[in-house]
Parts: sequence; structure tokens; C-alpha cells
Amino acid sequence: MRYAAPATVEEAQALLADDADAQVFAGATDLVPQMRAGRPAPSLLVDLKRIDRLTSVTHEDGRWTIGAATPTADLTRNEAFTAAFPGLSEGAGLIGSDQIQNRSSLGGNLANASPAADSVPALIANDGQAVIATADGTRTVPAAEVATGPGHTSLADGEFIVEFTLADPPAGTGDAYLRMIPRTEMDIAIVGAAVRVTVDGDTISDATVVLGAVAPTAVVVPDAAAALVGASVAGGTLDDSATAALAEAAEAACDPIDDKRGTIAYRRRVAGVLARRAAAIAVERARNGA
Amino acid sequence: MSENTTTRRSRTHVSCTVNGDQVDFLADDGTSLLDALRDELDLTGAKEGCGTGDCGACTVLVDGRINCSCLMFAPEAEGCDIVTVEGIAEGDHLHPLQQTFLEGAALQCGVCTPGFLVSAKALLDENPDPTETEIRYALAGNLCRCTGYDKIVRSVQEAAVQLRGAAR
Repeated sequence: MRYAAPATVEEAQALLADDADAQVFAGATDLVPQMRAGRPAPSLLVDLKRIDRLTSVTHEDGRWTIGAATPTADLTRNEAFTAAFPGLSEGAGLIGSDQIQNRSSLGGNLANASPAADSVPALIANDGQAVIATADGTRTVPAAEVATGPGHTSLADGEFIVEFTLADPPAGTGDAYLRMIPRTEMDIAIVGAAVRVTVDGDTISDATVVLGAVAPTAVVVPDAAAALVGASVAGGTLDDSATAALAEAAEAACDPIDDKRGTIAYRRRVAGVLARRAAAIAVERARNGA
Repeated sequence: MSENTTTRRSRTHVSCTVNGDQVDFLADDGTSLLDALRDELDLTGAKEGCGTGDCGACTVLVDGRINCSCLMFAPEAEGCDIVTVEGIAEGDHLHPLQQTFLEGAALQCGVCTPGFLVSAKALLDENPDPTETEIRYALAGNLCRCTGYDKIVRSVQEAAVQLRGAAR
């Protein structure tokens, strides 16, 4: 097994073009445990962290650009980023311990394609776009289209995620991410829920609801969003009929696994509960100008 | 692109700082930083507990931030500033954390101790007056199989008091 640390996207593309068995990595927080568990070692490890573009966070012209290999600790510590996307920041901050946070990244979390990836639901809820290096250039797709199933992505051989772009949220927008884990810390979600709302006056004018860990990939739930759009938030709270419809739609969207960490019925029920709670937080943040 | 890190050979020459000393070593490309520290540099303080980034027994500082050295490939250390548990004492004078761990019996089998010390040092360097909750969160990536957490937390609190006193 060889190691390479290209300094540019183009150098990485050339290395990947030369070796079909090469494997890119950022923090290796999933790669090393997978290799320990028997995943065949690649012939070439391509470390993406020495490419400036992959570890940069910039905010220009109404758009955030997040290098795909940026340690999640750099996002949670970034006050302006966290103020703009509090739900995405809190999701990113739930990936493992402080040790892991110094290596884990949005790109790795998405490309590893675990259904339970904590940063993914809020990334999708904020309409994150993934800029992907192809054999000879780049292409951009919604983050929602990268993972296709557990451990599987739409990335072709030799492709890797360069960065994510996120448009500044409109005025009156808030997001939130909540997850359920069987332990109190350091565990993998059995349900995750990200909600983003935009409030206009006393009414929700736009909403996105994305669930994690209850299907082969994170799932966007249009029916749950529809339950929120048009709902009143007068007085700071969502009306009961909207929250009931939201929970019902969230439960209906679940296609979870059944295991000792959480039964199907439990995961489904919790998805409705977390969607309601995340919506309440998102509404509060939207009204407070989060 | 550094010549060292893109070589086609399977052994890479790594140049970095470890505990303040400039060091150079050869490492198999796929070897972990942990194994390089232990086998090439004879720094056996950091331990392998799980080998998958869960237990924190291999915690070292990389450019001032805690990392699981079992998750890091040795060539990634090129140009980095690494601090292991061997580097937190000053000569023969134990770091206050090491002293309070000893006095507070904050270890049983001791395998987790080097990792706890490095994580606790990183915490106190950044936050000299942490709450108990902050200490417990900061040490959440370090597992003690003997479950001696309470004495560990108390010892970190005591070291924090001593360090704040020394800083005044």
C-alpha cells in the first residue's frame, strides 16, 4: 500500500486515473476501521487533506464553500458558519469524539454513505451542492444524490467530492438537527431529523424535512415539508394540526431496519417525535433571525 | 507536491517534530502513526486499545489538536508537530495532570492513562477552568475499561486548580 498527498485537485485526479484501485481519504475515521474489519487494502491511499481547496471554508457573494475534507471541528468552531447553519453545525458536531472531530469531514461523512451519517440530513435540508472532481473536470450535484444506499454512492471510479456549496439562507430561516441514540454520547443514530423552515410574518413560507437512519439513505420528506408550509407560528409555536401532520408524514416516510438498537416501530415513532421537536427549534431560530 | 509523500516506494521518509525534537524516520506507507511512534521512535506511551478510533488510548496532539494516532497513517505526519504523553512532562518534573493522576489514583490498569493525559492537557490548554460537564465531554473520546472515570475527572479538576494557581 502506497501513500500520496497531492497538493492540487488535478494531481489527485491524475493519481486516480493511473490506479483504478486507489482510494481517497480525508480523516480515515471510517476507512481504517473498515480495513481492520477486512476491507481489502487499496494499492494507493490518496490523502486529500494537503489540497488547500479541500480544507478551506469561505463565504463570498452570498455563498458558503466548504472544502470536503475540512475537519468538522473547524465547522463547529466557526461562529459565522454556525450562525448561518446551526442545524448543520450541530449535526457535524455529533460525529464521534473530539479526537474524531479533528479528522471527520462532511465529504467523508457523505461519501461513506452510512444511512446514519449525522451531518447529511441538514446538509441536504440546506440544499447543499456537492462539487465532484471527475476524470477531467468537475460536476455539481445536490448532496442528496450522492449516497444511493448503505456504503454505495453515485460517484464513479476515480471521482471524489471537492467541496460543498451552500447559498446563504433567506431572511427568517432556521434549521435544526436532532438524533436519537441508545446511549447518551458516542453512538450511532437510530433516527435523525433535520428541519429547515423559512418564516414570513407569522406563517411558514418554506420548509424542508430530511430524515436519517430510517431508510437506506437519508430521505427528503416532501409531505412533511408540505405539512409545515402555510402553518401559523403566531406566538412562537407551531399549530397542533401542523405538527400532527408533520409527524404522521415523517413516520410514513420511514423504511427502517429492525435490530436490537431499535425496532421498526420504535424508529418510526421516534422519527415523528424528532421531526416535531426539530421543527420547533427551527421555527424558534427562524423567528430569532438565526 | 512534496517529493517525500508522493513517492511510489512503499516506504516513505517522514520528517516531523515529536515532543519538540526534529525527527526523521522511514515508515511503511500503510502503517499507522501509532505504530511508527512505538516501533520506529520507541515512544511506547501511546497505546493501541481498539485500533479503530473508538477508545482514545492512542491519543496524541497533532498541531495542537487531539487525534487518534491509530487512524492516522504515518506519512500524514510529514511536517506536523506531534506531542505524545512522553512530551507533557518537563524534564523530570511531571505535568500537574500526571501528578494529580498519581495522587488521586486515577488509574487502575493504566492502559488508557496516556490518552487521558493528552486529552486532558489539550482541554486545560484551551480551557483552564472547565466545568465537570465540560471535562466529561472533552474526555468522551477516551474509554477506561476499568471504569475509573470519577477519579480521572477529579484529578483533572485538581490539576486545573493547580495550573490556574501557577498562572497567577
